[in-house]
Amino acid sequence: MADLAQELVEAVRRTIEAGETLRIVGSGSKGALTRGREAEPGAPEGRLLTVADHQGIVDYRPEELVITARAGTPLRVVERELARAGQRLGFEPPRLHGGGTLGGAVACGLSGPGRPWGGSVRDALLGVELINGYGERLTFGGQVMKNVAGYDLSRLQAGAFGTLGLLLSVSLRVAPAPELEETRVFELDAASALARCRDWARRPYPITATGFVDGRLRVRLSGAPAAVAWAAGELGGEVEPDLHFWEDLRDHRLELLADGAGTLWRGSLPPAAEAPLHGCLVTWAGAERWWRSSGADGADEDAGVAEQVRAAGGHARRFDGSFGVRRWPGIGIAELRYLRRLKEAFDPRGVFNPELAAHED
Amino acid sequence: MESLLRKVLPPAGLIAEPRAKKPFETDGLTALREVPWLVALPETEDQVLAVLRICREHGVPVVPRGAGTGLSGGARPIADGVLLGLSKLQRILEIDLENCVARVQPGVRNLAISEAVAGHGLYYAPDPSSQIACSIGGNVAENSGGVHCLKYGLTVHNVVGVRLATIEGEVLTLGGKTLDSPGYDLLALVMGSEGMLGVVTEVTVKLLPVPPQKRVVLAAFAEVAAAADAVGAIIADGLVPAGLEMMDRLAIQAAEDFVHAGYPREAEAILLCELDGVEAEVDADLARVRAVLDDHGAFDVRVATGTEEQERLWLGRKAAFPAVGRIAPDYYCMDGTIPRAHLADVLRRIGGLSREHGLAVANVFHAGDGNLHPLILYDANVPGELERAEAMGARILELCVAVGGTVTGEHGVGVEKLDPMCAQFTPPELEQMHRVKAAFDPLGLMNPGKAVPTLARCAEVGGMHVHRGRLPFPNLPRF
Repeated sequence: MADLAQELVEAVRRTIEAGETLRIVGSGSKGALTRGREAEPGAPEGRLLTVADHQGIVDYRPEELVITARAGTPLRVVERELARAGQRLGFEPPRLHGGGTLGGAVACGLSGPGRPWGGSVRDALLGVELINGYGERLTFGGQVMKNVAGYDLSRLQAGAFGTLGLLLSVSLRVAPAPELEETRVFELDAASALARCRDWARRPYPITATGFVDGRLRVRLSGAPAAVAWAAGELGGEVEPDLHFWEDLRDHRLELLADGAGTLWRGSLPPAAEAPLHGCLVTWAGAERWWRSSGADGADEDAGVAEQVRAAGGHARRFDGSFGVRRWPGIGIAELRYLRRLKEAFDPRGVFNPELAAHED
Repeated sequence: MESLLRKVLPPAGLIAEPRAKKPFETDGLTALREVPWLVALPETEDQVLAVLRICREHGVPVVPRGAGTGLSGGARPIADGVLLGLSKLQRILEIDLENCVARVQPGVRNLAISEAVAGHGLYYAPDPSSQIACSIGGNVAENSGGVHCLKYGLTVHNVVGVRLATIEGEVLTLGGKTLDSPGYDLLALVMGSEGMLGVVTEVTVKLLPVPPQKRVVLAAFAEVAAAADAVGAIIADGLVPAGLEMMDRLAIQAAEDFVHAGYPREAEAILLCELDGVEAEVDADLARVRAVLDDHGAFDVRVATGTEEQERLWLGRKAAFPAVGRIAPDYYCMDGTIPRAHLADVLRRIGGLSREHGLAVANVFHAGDGNLHPLILYDANVPGELERAEAMGARILELCVAVGGTVTGEHGVGVEKLDPMCAQFTPPELEQMHRVKAAFDPLGLMNPGKAVPTLARCAEVGGMHVHRGRLPFPNLPRF
């Protein structure tokens, strides 16, 4: 429960003065996302700076629907505290390998199965305290729901992989846990599952997650018992007996996500996109898709799928590669120029996570 | 310059004649006026880019403007600048029912989107009170909210894509029909950036199914503190109402005198709570809300089921601003947000400030998300009263910051709140914002002097001053 903010500020300042760089790490649970399997030859790699000991819930009043905690606070600690008051993080951050810190969840910007309905990390993010590349301790946003004072530099930190600054603490909007959840399951082919999700999206059902894999479409209903019962009757299907499906999906314990064979890909698509679909795990009512390419590299196959994704107006990348903002395919040339300038605006000397940052190539 | 612009714009697309420029001299913050040098009204994205190119080449500042309904002076023109009106880009480009999104040009009115998709049982959720007139491009620039944002979020939660033309002549595609995008979240950064980073030329919005059921509850309280505590208790109970609004005694009296909504006049405060969703959910939530209201000593609880009855309950709330405008020559509308836990305390302290400054205050606001709108009553014809109202307004905003809140919840900084921004942010924080601006606009030509005060100049103050009940747009509801 230590407040190490001052030590972290000093560590950053020392690094700046020494002309060195830093690699920020929380619990290290998502290291595989950001490190890549093969380090680039000659790629810069900063000195390790761990934020994991900078822990503690700073402020939490359930009636505010807001929690503020230090970046190193483990996700399970945050979620346990929220559960006590009947609340939870609406974006369902994955706990890869069972770990994860709150700061890491924000920095990596990953959201779980409920994202299209419960919102994303950045949707929930209300404020941050960070150290920028000048070694300054800055606060943006706050603890209130509505705030239009100045540029929203807090939401910009979600998914920035710590390249714009070291997160010290974050304030997140939380959601009440539903009274009841029930999962219905349907035996369907992929195209029919997608069509079903599309129809549901236009109707006011209390759906809070969908997942299709191996000929089975699961849909989670949440809310008042009477509402869940009503929707279950409307939707049909069978009750899913596996109570852990959504948690396994969230934490990447499902076979397709967890099995190391081949390369895991993630695609973000317009939900109704017809391809890629074959062999995919389809989540977010079609807006997120996961698949594995066979070979270690699978370059040819990958190129074909990537083309399908692009043609559908989406983007895809290897999930277990270097996942930072630097080499993310699908960023346009013009957009990349502004990303680089933003990096410079926060961190002109490139102190933070240089191997991930959108530097000049 | 004028002839260069004329060449790239349609025949009626450039206004240089003084009288014709006059309607553009102000936005919803009418206290501040400035006639722009030229008004450009492009009809296509290419024309927007051409105007930006010419302005860049000549070092002329550009002020983008949507419908001009903003309340903080964000679209106030600059005397030697070009006012870039986006009102002619008003086509709905695509309604994509498969993906539940609509792609529209920035000049499309907020409400027009919901009207266009109503036949499919869908709507666009954010509903700022000016929604019949305000444009979606302006909503993006201000990150607009509305009565229902406690449950449905702000513009940032409901816009999935934007095309942004930069002063350097590029069009950035931010987001799209996907739920996330590679790289930094520039889409989130553009929300609420008040036209200082670029010009929004296209917006893709999320469409939601219209909730089949709705209930509106009115609860009257004998004490303000009890009503304020009930707000927190409803949310702590696990409910997120579609809307949760509060009015204090002065606002209730003014509204009753004006529109006779049937509010209990003896109440010190009332809450209006709207629940929506599927029938079974709404019924369950309603029972829980009633229990909380009873627990907190509400002496009169009414539930409106029919549309007509619901509209009558809302009527007093929606007419509250003009109603207050009838009981005082002028009022000054504040817009701070605070953590809900401080509601009772902050309202009490606003009462104290009211006595100290000798000016009455009516409170009518979005209690569910802690967004206060204290209306300070004054008479501009009494020497010193305007200054007292402004001084008191500044104290209220300082109070909001002191309890962990913000100086603007939904009206934006514009030019109005440059001063309070200095109270909320430290110099290094403001400098960081300036560097972000420079990343998009190195020459500082996009809407200069708005939203983020320079360190050297934190002096300009204004306000949404309403003289003799004459609102900037008298036909627009304000709540």
